[in-house]
Amino acid sequence: MTETRISRRFAECAAAGRPALVTFVTAGDPDLETSFEILKALPKAGADVVELGMPFSDPMADGPAIQAAGQRALHGGQTLAKTLDMVRRFREIDAATPIVLMGYYNPIYVFGSERFVVAAKAAGVDGLIIVDLPPEADDELCLPALAAGLNFIRLATPTTDDARLPAVLANTSGFVYYVSITGITGSATPNATRVAEAVGRIKRHTALPVAVGFGVRDAATAAAIGRDADGVVVGSALVAAIAASLDADGRATAKTVPAVAALVGDLASGVRTARVGAR
Amino acid sequence: MNTTPNSLRNGPDDRGFFGIYGGRFVAETLMPLILELEQAYEDARNDPSFKAELANLSTHYAGRPSALYYAERLTEWCREKTGGKFGAEIWFKREELNHTGSHKINNCLGQILLARRMGKTRIIAETGAGQHGVASATVSARFGLPCMVYMGAVDVERQKPNVFRMKLLGAEVTPVTSGAGTLKDAMNEALRDWVTNVENTYYLIGTAAGPHPYPAMVRDFQSVIGTETKEQFFAAKGRLPDAIVACIGGGSNAIGLFHPFLDDPSVAICGVEAGGHGIDVENGHAASMTGGRPGVLHGNRTYLLQDGDGQILEGHSISAGLDYPGVGPEHSWLRDTGRVTYVPATDKEALDAFQICSRLEGIIPALEPSHALAQVLKMAPTMDKSKSIVMCLSGRGDKDVFSVAGHLGETM
Repeated sequence: MTETRISRRFAECAAAGRPALVTFVTAGDPDLETSFEILKALPKAGADVVELGMPFSDPMADGPAIQAAGQRALHGGQTLAKTLDMVRRFREIDAATPIVLMGYYNPIYVFGSERFVVAAKAAGVDGLIIVDLPPEADDELCLPALAAGLNFIRLATPTTDDARLPAVLANTSGFVYYVSITGITGSATPNATRVAEAVGRIKRHTALPVAVGFGVRDAATAAAIGRDADGVVVGSALVAAIAASLDADGRATAKTVPAVAALVGDLASGVRTARVGAR
Repeated sequence: MNTTPNSLRNGPDDRGFFGIYGGRFVAETLMPLILELEQAYEDARNDPSFKAELANLSTHYAGRPSALYYAERLTEWCREKTGGKFGAEIWFKREELNHTGSHKINNCLGQILLARRMGKTRIIAETGAGQHGVASATVSARFGLPCMVYMGAVDVERQKPNVFRMKLLGAEVTPVTSGAGTLKDAMNEALRDWVTNVENTYYLIGTAAGPHPYPAMVRDFQSVIGTETKEQFFAAKGRLPDAIVACIGGGSNAIGLFHPFLDDPSVAICGVEAGGHGIDVENGHAASMTGGRPGVLHGNRTYLLQDGDGQILEGHSISAGLDYPGVGPEHSWLRDTGRVTYVPATDKEALDAFQICSRLEGIIPALEPSHALAQVLKMAPTMDKSKSIVMCLSGRGDKDVFSVAGHLGETM
């Protein structure tokens, strides 16, 4: 397997005996410059991998918090080109933190899949998570992305049974994102025991790291989930922290970036206690 | 089905595509269920007992076959405009006479039988004008299943009679405030419910769109419209009609009328999209094929109203049932192949047709088929008197009387 920023980072965390903290924020939320400041603050506060949401008008798998974040970003004029440019600027100051773009297919389809994967790679993107592209649609974007040297990270869910897992994992690279619940982002809190079983099940089929997300909102949940997972993904809680920091007109305040950094710091301490005393 | 290698009726392929359109663009959580649904539908459509039960309900519960009616006074009205020289005969396929007042019941009966066969215990649906919501609530009541209907908050306001009908039928109506609070937002919310309650819930999609197998399945259940039309018109005139016309939101009544005629080249086929304030007005219409571009939304690739960055526009139509930024994928394919001609009709044209039909034929049509009628009133005077047009009168206008009164400046 070729070494990538993603594989390197998961290996470093594994060597340190802890899960990776994967943080999600929406690009352009609440505005382009504040969003860039948040992006820069994430690794400093303890994020190991950054998922950057590409806002879409119709986020069918997302709950209210991430829907609202996307609306704020689009209202502020965010586009796919601006998101790629944000990554390019980030790469000028951080060469090590992996960046995974997460979103829905239509903006990429309209941009052009081939053109997009080349531009994303050039900007310094490491991987893609596209919610509405199952393995049955691999020719749309997954195969071009792999050919361009990007990781294509697939979602596995509680409904993905053993018969289907090999197809889901076939072209997956970087890591596997296990969606801990059937539901939308930011809803029910996952059951740590069931998640552990599911992670074990996926690991019987792949050597890739398994990160777990959907419903993780605080250090305690992050620690519980991180006992068995190679990574813990937190998204809705972070964008909710952004939302809570805005002024009455929905604009960023002096509290916005520190609020996100503080929560990430808290979650980072959570993942560092995940396996203390567990073995 | 009498499909031949060169037939236009063979789609979709085994991956659910009509040319480049269609497919299964859904989250992984739903994918196993979509595959299960595809298999269940395949089994059902080849099961004589399923067909027999559907046929029985169609006859005794929905009231099929629906009438094919010669609209004599509208025909005369068009002929007078040409000094009596021209004017094709105008015929209506009377889907508004079905139980629940529209073509939507055809699809709902088929899908509720499938849901029951799959052991699902809860029904969810999205609705725009409320016609599909009412049909879903109706079949859910008939089969004793709880039903949750997602409806844009704006549509809840402009379609109050249907909201109350759904409640009377025992359904729960959830107003959706995300986005612009119209049909696409209701569909997003229904998909969110489905992904959360995937184990026990059946998503009863109301139009010939969404991930495969929905576009093909809904088409199959609605094709009774075209099949009956063909037989009834042949019985009346001994030949095929010269043109068939239907309105297009997602396009389920249209594909139901069109599909049995696709391989009859003598029949001109015309789909009528919602032209709203006019195709030139940005985001002022819902004509996704006339004024949109291909994209991926709600599980399928199809023509969509969207901006240059691939963000979906809300669209506008006087009719809540046509106010959708996409269209069923088979229509997108039929457009590109040129077999079907798609044209817009504006809000005003539809409103005029609504009134003309009410006064001349004693039939108050829904605003949706009023768009189709607007196009028929343009076409008929240009055609020879020996020709005939069949239009799908997909729903009755009772639900629209309050909003039309508002548009005409009447207070009720």
